[in-house]
Amino acid sequence: MTDATFPVSSAPAAKSSLLVVDARTRKRNAAEARFRAYGLGAILISVALLVILMFTIFRDGTGAFRQTYLEIPVTLDAAQLDKVGNRDPEDLKKVLTTSYGKILENSLQQAITSNGINVEGLSGPDVANLISKEASAQLRNRVLANPDLVGQTVDARVLTNGRVDGYYKGRVTMETAARDSNTSPAQLQLADALKEKGLIATEWNWSFLTMPDASDQRPEAAGVGIAILGSLYMMLVVLVLAVPIGVAASIYLEEFAPKNRLTDIIEVNISNLAAVPSIVFGILGLAAFINVAGLPQSAPIVGGLVLTLMTLPTIIIATRAALKAVPPSIRDAALGVGASKMQSVFHHVLPLAMPGILTGTIIGLAQALGETAPLLLIGMVAFVRNFPGAPPEGLMDPASALPVQVYNWTQRADPAFFERASGAIIVLLVFLLCMNLFAIFLRRKFERRW
Amino acid sequence: MPVTWTLLLVLALAVAGYFIGRSRVLSAAGGDSRRLHSRTSYYGWNVALFTAVPALFLIGIWSIAKPASGTVLAVVALIMAAVGMGFNLMRTTPDFRARNAVETFVRYLLILCSMIAIATTAGIVFSMVFETSNFFKQYSWTEFFFGSTWSPRFGGGSQLGILPLVWGTLYISFIALAVSIPIGLFAAIYMSEYASPRLRSFAKPAIEVLAGIPTIVYGLFALVTVGPMLRDYFAQPLGLGSSGSSVMTAGLVMGIMLIPFVSSLSDDIINAVPQSMRDGALGLGSTPSETVRKVVLPAALPGIVGAILLAASRAIGETMIVVLGAGAAAQMSMNPFEAMTTITVKIVSQLTGDTDFAAPETLVAFALGITLFVVTLGLNIVALYVVRKYREQYE
Repeated sequence: MTDATFPVSSAPAAKSSLLVVDARTRKRNAAEARFRAYGLGAILISVALLVILMFTIFRDGTGAFRQTYLEIPVTLDAAQLDKVGNRDPEDLKKVLTTSYGKILENSLQQAITSNGINVEGLSGPDVANLISKEASAQLRNRVLANPDLVGQTVDARVLTNGRVDGYYKGRVTMETAARDSNTSPAQLQLADALKEKGLIATEWNWSFLTMPDASDQRPEAAGVGIAILGSLYMMLVVLVLAVPIGVAASIYLEEFAPKNRLTDIIEVNISNLAAVPSIVFGILGLAAFINVAGLPQSAPIVGGLVLTLMTLPTIIIATRAALKAVPPSIRDAALGVGASKMQSVFHHVLPLAMPGILTGTIIGLAQALGETAPLLLIGMVAFVRNFPGAPPEGLMDPASALPVQVYNWTQRADPAFFERASGAIIVLLVFLLCMNLFAIFLRRKFERRW
Repeated sequence: MPVTWTLLLVLALAVAGYFIGRSRVLSAAGGDSRRLHSRTSYYGWNVALFTAVPALFLIGIWSIAKPASGTVLAVVALIMAAVGMGFNLMRTTPDFRARNAVETFVRYLLILCSMIAIATTAGIVFSMVFETSNFFKQYSWTEFFFGSTWSPRFGGGSQLGILPLVWGTLYISFIALAVSIPIGLFAAIYMSEYASPRLRSFAKPAIEVLAGIPTIVYGLFALVTVGPMLRDYFAQPLGLGSSGSSVMTAGLVMGIMLIPFVSSLSDDIINAVPQSMRDGALGLGSTPSETVRKVVLPAALPGIVGAILLAASRAIGETMIVVLGAGAAAQMSMNPFEAMTTITVKIVSQLTGDTDFAAPETLVAFALGITLFVVTLGLNIVALYVVRKYREQYE
């Protein structure tokens, strides 16, 4: 028999029931619901911000992939373009772009009269201004590439002025045109009339992906061709340098390094380098590669070297994790049948860790592709019009890079460049998406659980 | 002779070395590979590695330093490759321990590669210390660290006080952390304690996508969308200013950038708290939120502090968002809708365009850089120490 240790009081306890929720429980439940709502809210906010970010970029950027062209027959007057009359390319080169500008102007005037469009209230230069300043240079290049065109009448697809282009993308309206010194409502009405006759059309813009950057006055001609090529060259350098060095360093640290002072210093160094601000690597690149080693500014090789140093810690950390995930039994089995330590690592551990290493490498490359700040310091912001040559010599030629091109365009005055910048970001994001999807694919396909 | 040709010649020599070394030792052993010390391919590798690697190093260093013309390089590199090849072909006999030679060689290569991390850090420190000392020869360090005016003038008479830049950096980082810590932390708590597997499988990758977006994209977002919005709906109606680029713009956008950083780090740390602690608290009758607030968070606190410090170091070192979103005016003001500037912005603006490496206006960027490096390094070391110490408790 047990002793009663608690006196049973005769008075009934305070009225509490499991079925009736008292004030304190209500308060606690409310706190619980609030806490949950905060958490859900935080997730919803983050996802919403992601959606808004993507939406604004795509809203602003899709315009860059469409371009307004004027399609008119152009008479390449031999009297103006080839005064000597022998179609010699050397002589043709002496004719400047201004002559081609005049030819385009005359052709446009002819097209307007032959279609019976009224140009009241527009002076000659105002009509000519409809055509982009870049168009005459493009026509000249076309003629120089094929001198036989001189004297013929050819169908030409001519770039229109950035304002007219913006008008058909909704960026320029009649109201803003009235206040703009570069265009006028009358000019836009003329463009509308030409569009009605089918002479102006807004089409898919391949040249955005292939053309080089253009000067301040010609946003309609600017493209990301050199930037894509420059980014590609830099990724090539990173791939060739960072991957072997990073994998070799991780193999040493993970498999061979003795536990000593030096190993500790290397490990602390790597984890710190992973967190050093990227701009510091830019300063290093400027001081070491350009000022001391004397490499040229804006060259993809310098950008590639700087990005290599930046990406190394990422690759090393990922590779070490992949090597660590290979179970020790594999190494023991290899050693047990008489392999040397080196053989066990290179013949057995490394192939098994390969998918993890590849995934980490691709993620490191993706990071490097989007990096901007260090490239600004090594002169990649320079205005580059000429495509770099083929590697390896081309690695020394000046080039641009996708993220730097975006920065470059945000610094220009004409709002049309913002559209181009957003377009370049879409290109960049598509590249990043492809790389990340490839990494996910590799992980799914080859991932092995031990 | 172009470098490419030298490169290809050296590689061709190495490939030839591989096959010559292999066949030589095999014929010396009378075609019986069992009489060799190592497997036959090691004899080939031995010759190939000693032929190619020293010459390749020479080519690599030469093409960066460029002490003489490409023809000299070609001659020197080919002689080097030939010497390596000849020497190793000579010692290729059936008794030669080729595997040991190859493995020692590879081992030293691996060590060399892992030294690059140290070389990078040393390079960063040396490059900045050297130029910074040049700067302090021309400009007093007290005025740099305690001066409250930043007005560089090429042509002399500039005032280069770091304080306005530090103020801008700290103000923007503070706003960024004030945005990202609550959102990131709550997202991590909800994700690890409440979310259904379905929500988790959708929301976690979505937040990680935010982490993969390059900072230039955030910068453009700040410049084109957030800046004008804040100006039109907050700053101008409240009479606080009319600038699109402001501390608030940069801070908010940087906060968005840091959300995934805070949330994924905190997620790891919260998941590292043992389940038994949660079960104990729930068993005593506390609600899930009480469990999180009173048990899980205190247990995870050191790790979360570490995560916040890492986020702060990211915020201080971030460049593109502030370059595009914060403006370039170096001033100390409390008004968050005014344009201010940071250390990183000024590094970019002093080192791009025409630079004169004798003028203090250019060299100041190196002093700013080393300040930034030391501050972020300190934050990282403390953060890593805190995180590591905490992890040891539960593992």
